[in-house]
Amino acid sequence: MKSLGSIRRDFAPWNDPNAKPYIQFDNVTKKFGDFTAVNNLSLTIFEREFFALLGASGCGKSTLLRMLAGFEEPTSGRILLDGQDLRGIPPYRRPVNMMFQSYALFPHMTVEKNIAFGLKQEGMPKPDIEKRVAEMLKLVKLEQFAKRKPHQLSGGQRQRVALARSVAKRPKVLLLDEPLGALDKKLREETQFELMDLQQELGLTFVVVTHDQEEAMTMADRIAIMDKGEVMQVATPAEVYEAPASRFVAHFVGNVNMFEGKVAERSDKTTRITGATGAEIVVDNTGNAPATGADIVFAIRPEKIKVSSRKPADSVNALEGEVYDVAYLGDMTVYHIRLDDGQMVRASALNAARVTEDPLTWNDRAWVSFRPDAGVVLAR
Amino acid sequence: MSNIAISDAGPSAAAKPFLARLGAGFVNRLVIFVPYLWLLFFFLVPFIIVFKISLSQTAIAMPPYTPVLDFRDGISGFFAGFRELSFDNYTWLTQDALYFNAYVTSVVIAAISTVLTLIVGYPIAYGMARAPATIRPTLLMLVILPFWTSFLIRVYAWIGILKPEGLLNQLLLSLHIINQPLVILNTYTAIFIGIVYSYLPFMVLPLYSSLEKMDYSLIEAAKDLGCPPTSAFWKITFPLSLPGVIAGCLLVFIPAVGEFVIPDLLGGSQTLMIGKTLWNEFFANRDWPVSSAVAVILLLLLTIPIMLFQQAQARAQEQGK
Repeated sequence: MKSLGSIRRDFAPWNDPNAKPYIQFDNVTKKFGDFTAVNNLSLTIFEREFFALLGASGCGKSTLLRMLAGFEEPTSGRILLDGQDLRGIPPYRRPVNMMFQSYALFPHMTVEKNIAFGLKQEGMPKPDIEKRVAEMLKLVKLEQFAKRKPHQLSGGQRQRVALARSVAKRPKVLLLDEPLGALDKKLREETQFELMDLQQELGLTFVVVTHDQEEAMTMADRIAIMDKGEVMQVATPAEVYEAPASRFVAHFVGNVNMFEGKVAERSDKTTRITGATGAEIVVDNTGNAPATGADIVFAIRPEKIKVSSRKPADSVNALEGEVYDVAYLGDMTVYHIRLDDGQMVRASALNAARVTEDPLTWNDRAWVSFRPDAGVVLAR
Repeated sequence: MSNIAISDAGPSAAAKPFLARLGAGFVNRLVIFVPYLWLLFFFLVPFIIVFKISLSQTAIAMPPYTPVLDFRDGISGFFAGFRELSFDNYTWLTQDALYFNAYVTSVVIAAISTVLTLIVGYPIAYGMARAPATIRPTLLMLVILPFWTSFLIRVYAWIGILKPEGLLNQLLLSLHIINQPLVILNTYTAIFIGIVYSYLPFMVLPLYSSLEKMDYSLIEAAKDLGCPPTSAFWKITFPLSLPGVIAGCLLVFIPAVGEFVIPDLLGGSQTLMIGKTLWNEFFANRDWPVSSAVAVILLLLLTIPIMLFQQAQARAQEQGK
């Protein structure tokens, strides 16, 4: 079975027409004065889903999260959680909890008291609180830090306390605002996997806000890419990457090469594109291919492009140029090739072998080639 | 070995060990020495003089006490003077209930005023800390603005407001809220009003500074965890502003205990406070030794809250807040 990307997802309620949405944004708009933070946005999130809101700062993703938490009310539209309209319900009565970007740990309370805070508000009996707190401490591996105050902990430990505190009440939905933003790169990568395991273990619905695409790709079941208060695409990481819905999404996630051109000819299976500068490309037809003569953009990821010093024998798409720049990154090598028509192409090759026969260098003549199914045709 | 290393370092190296030995440590100590010198001359020496006077006897003379420690009769005369010093004045303070009552009333009035100032000042400081950042400097300015006028004039102004035919009574009468002018001036109420008014900035400023640096997301986190706003205030905001509360309360309480101007101008002759007692003893009775004894006891009384204040600050610093 062929599929986009390289992983199979068995959990996919969004493909099931009978699945009941758990969180539903219906035409939600949020304005702050003249500024529209969220613009007529509709979105559904399913139970037990790990959902990521990805976008640059100011795109409205945090506002969306804060509306779910109850810190902001939508200017218009409604938000449903498990069928219940959330309008007018204050944050302290919503069955959601949030992990704050700043962690917002109470500095005058010990780790233990921080975690117990929400449970006490609930009026949970004391022995149960103690049990739950111990359970949470064990979950985030902070048992021996129970009596410490937040300022006596490292950044990573604080992050885990914040996490434990926000899941202690077993919320219906856990909201995470840039949960790993304050951690260094190595710790961030480890924690990404820990968060995924935690979500599996607790069986909760996670909604995470992030500006880090790698974070979103690693953790999320589905990603909503946001720009200027609107959702540009909601899809699995593989779909977002391999089948971006628009130029914006293609650009936003990962690196991409864009060839501007026109549809020269369409057949049953393939489309022939003439580039603005004359190069010809043949691509497989996907879903809604544009009509002949339409202005389009052909988007292709660097790693889908093969670089060789001689013309590949059996390739449909092969374009000639010159090596403009090479960068050796260890796991891969990145080439910048200037095609003879002036177009710059970025290509990356995985360094699967330690030794390379006939390696390329600056100013070498080179050929770039790719398969007809390697890229996507997008509206211009 | 180290000697060689130093001499190798260049021509300036010869001077270096000397400067290094004298350098940082000596200069540091010199810098700290200046405020100590200041305190010595302007606090400790005057205090010793006052303390000495408190051990003397009143006399119709110039200065109005005896013995005067000087070297008119040589060294032996100086030491003879010492033998005349006694704690009689302190014993006297315990024998006349006036002083004890004045101390107790002063402390009680200062304590009540402090609580009132806190109740009035907290919402002001909270409002300022939560105001948009652009208008905060203006609000801060408004709090400090009264200092631009003399304290004495401001307290005088309150006489005009509080007296029976004053502004407040006229307003209330014209609004038909009262039929008879309220007697506020020359009561303890007037003292409370005066102290709360005069010391409000000392309460608001430390409160504001501790509330302003508080992360608002803590309140959101509390709400998010199921805590209604009022409860979030008492569980998060108030405990975190405690250093400001303590600083503000002590900054009001300490000067309020010894306050003289406000009870004198607004409290009239009926009210009893230690500052006024001291003034009367000094200027009306011209009993310098007894008034000095009153002052020494007052100072000792006030070292307790000052020590508490320092302890609280040390604790706050230790918490890294």
